[in-house]
Amino acid sequence: MGGRHVVSAVLATLMLSSSVLAADLTAEVMHPWTSGGEAAAAKVFADQYEAAGGTWVDNAIAGNDAQLAASISSIMGGTPPTATHFNTGKPFEELVSAGMLRDVEAIATEEHWRDVLPQAIIDAITADGKIMAVPVNLQTENWLWYSKEVFEKSGVAEVPKTWPEFFAAADKIRAAGYVPMAHGSNSFWDRFLFQKVLVSVAGPELYLKVLADRDPAALKDPKVVEAFETLGKLRGYVDAGSPGRLWNDATNMVITNKAGFQIMGDWAKGEFAAAGMTPGVDYGCSLFPGEEMVVMSGDIFVLPKIDDPDQTAAQDLLAHVLFAKDTQLQFNIKKGSNPIRNDVDVSSMDACAQHAAAVQAEPGHLVPNPQFLMSNDMLGAMADVITKFWNTPSMTPAEFATQLQAAFESAV
Amino acid sequence: MPLLIRLRRILPALIALSPTAVFVFGIFLGCLIWTCVISFTSSKLLPNTDFVGFAQYARLLTTERWIVSVQHMAVYGVAYVVGCLVIGLLLAIFIDQKVRFENTFRAIFLFPYALSFIVTGAVWQWLFNPSMGLNTALAGLGVAGLDLGLLASPDTAVYGLVIASIWQGAGLVMVILLAGLRGVDPEIWKATRVDGVSPAKTYLWIVVPELAPGILTSVVILGIAAVKVYDLVVAMTQGGPGLGSEVPAKFVMSLLFERANVGLATAGATLMLLAVLCLLAPLLYLSYFRRGAR
Repeated sequence: MGGRHVVSAVLATLMLSSSVLAADLTAEVMHPWTSGGEAAAAKVFADQYEAAGGTWVDNAIAGNDAQLAASISSIMGGTPPTATHFNTGKPFEELVSAGMLRDVEAIATEEHWRDVLPQAIIDAITADGKIMAVPVNLQTENWLWYSKEVFEKSGVAEVPKTWPEFFAAADKIRAAGYVPMAHGSNSFWDRFLFQKVLVSVAGPELYLKVLADRDPAALKDPKVVEAFETLGKLRGYVDAGSPGRLWNDATNMVITNKAGFQIMGDWAKGEFAAAGMTPGVDYGCSLFPGEEMVVMSGDIFVLPKIDDPDQTAAQDLLAHVLFAKDTQLQFNIKKGSNPIRNDVDVSSMDACAQHAAAVQAEPGHLVPNPQFLMSNDMLGAMADVITKFWNTPSMTPAEFATQLQAAFESAV
Repeated sequence: MPLLIRLRRILPALIALSPTAVFVFGIFLGCLIWTCVISFTSSKLLPNTDFVGFAQYARLLTTERWIVSVQHMAVYGVAYVVGCLVIGLLLAIFIDQKVRFENTFRAIFLFPYALSFIVTGAVWQWLFNPSMGLNTALAGLGVAGLDLGLLASPDTAVYGLVIASIWQGAGLVMVILLAGLRGVDPEIWKATRVDGVSPAKTYLWIVVPELAPGILTSVVILGIAAVKVYDLVVAMTQGGPGLGSEVPAKFVMSLLFERANVGLATAGATLMLLAVLCLLAPLLYLSYFRRGAR
């Protein structure tokens, strides 16, 4: 109830400061969240926005690409939505430099966003010293979700904490007649797997040298070569049905105790939840082997420039509501991710989310995923090489490194 | 006076056709030209007019994914067109034997063509699934050693696409060729019977050449479908395993949005347009120039 008062107080200030007294606070919001858990999360935003006095017009478009395409065409066509979803990272920078987005610096300063946001996120959403987007969550990508039943029946007593333990456990699972690793192979998820193995085996410094600096020498570093070999070794632990399988079908293999584990981001929790399973209780979560780190990605909302004071007021209110502590907690419980601000009490969240929150709070333990580090074009060129390596057992780590280098050089 | 009467007669037609003309020239042709122009720029997420000459084409032709995509399209296209023609022709000949329930058979054979490539792809992806599809069904029946997990290997995935699309497209060829067969002069059959020529030889040397226009139409329709194949790949293999079943249309689509490189994507699209024009050339030649010469 106290929260509600603060909201209205801030709203009043905002409205007075922009001298809009009776604004029509209708916000059309584009986002790609259509699956059960995702839609429930989007509804938290809608409810909170309406509670703050606005009218929410939901424009959900299935599929990240389709939603991105729709956003771009509506912005370029001169009929932009009030706000639209992007993934945190490079892709939205072009819209910023084309001058199509407005900044949220005034609200960010007033509400001290910089004090509660991770530095990597601040860097990713700042242009010319101004905050250009509303970050709404922090997703942990490097989870190992495992079936407690399969682990138990295969005689794997402990969750593997190192790579040798990991492969020993995988061998036991296979010997017991299960698929060790549930994986849906395509260029996207093969790249996803690659970046997790790289950071886990080679460590964050080399990871950044390879993916951010794209230093040719780093690709030859023994630890990086070891990461490539580890990735190659993992090929042997998936089943023949892996190519083209959807990620959630792979998750289902863990849910139904056909596979031992899956390497997937925290959105997999939604699939487990749909099967009535509680994280940490009915199934296990563990951050990747090696030193525990959180490889993050995240969702942001951008606000297109609209020459209409009502829409500007709606955008201001939206930025405030989406970033509010209460919204952050409720939204992220539904979405399966973590609040973007570090001052939210996560004790009501599940065990896995709490663990990720604890790890990412330690300095240097939050690692950006490659979306923060390179253009989509380069990500794609890299993914093509990775999926080829993953599906071509005869390809050596040295050839892999050479072709990665070529991909980095060809893309813009 | 006759001129005025003629004008008055065609005026309603001109008026009725003008919106179509606006659409064709304004939208179709306009978009084609725009795509072609953008392919010479450095456009990334947003189209721009920073012209860079043939740079996008140079990158495209050295990109492995594009090269293997074109190879897959060639293999797929040839196998698909030939497969559909052979099976479609055999089905048409079969139905032309005055079989009973002809309508039923025709409907059954044409039925797959009514399904979208997405549905076709989803069904065949399950059938070829090594852990639950035909493979396990056959193993359950005691047939061993027959590996139908075509989609699990980068070397064979394209053939999985070919089988699914022949299943889908053969019925169309059947209908087109059946119409041709019905147009064959019955006197030919009487004459060959008198001369003692076997039906097989009659078909091969006399009837099939008569079907040339129908075959050409089929080749053009199937050929264009092969150049732009996209949804089948997305539903069946997502281009994998690895780059094992990537095709040009999928390359263009993923570059357009997911990879935010409009310049490179439009360069690929322009090359695909050239491929389609090459396929259309024989048809255009036959329908305009040969007829004019006659």
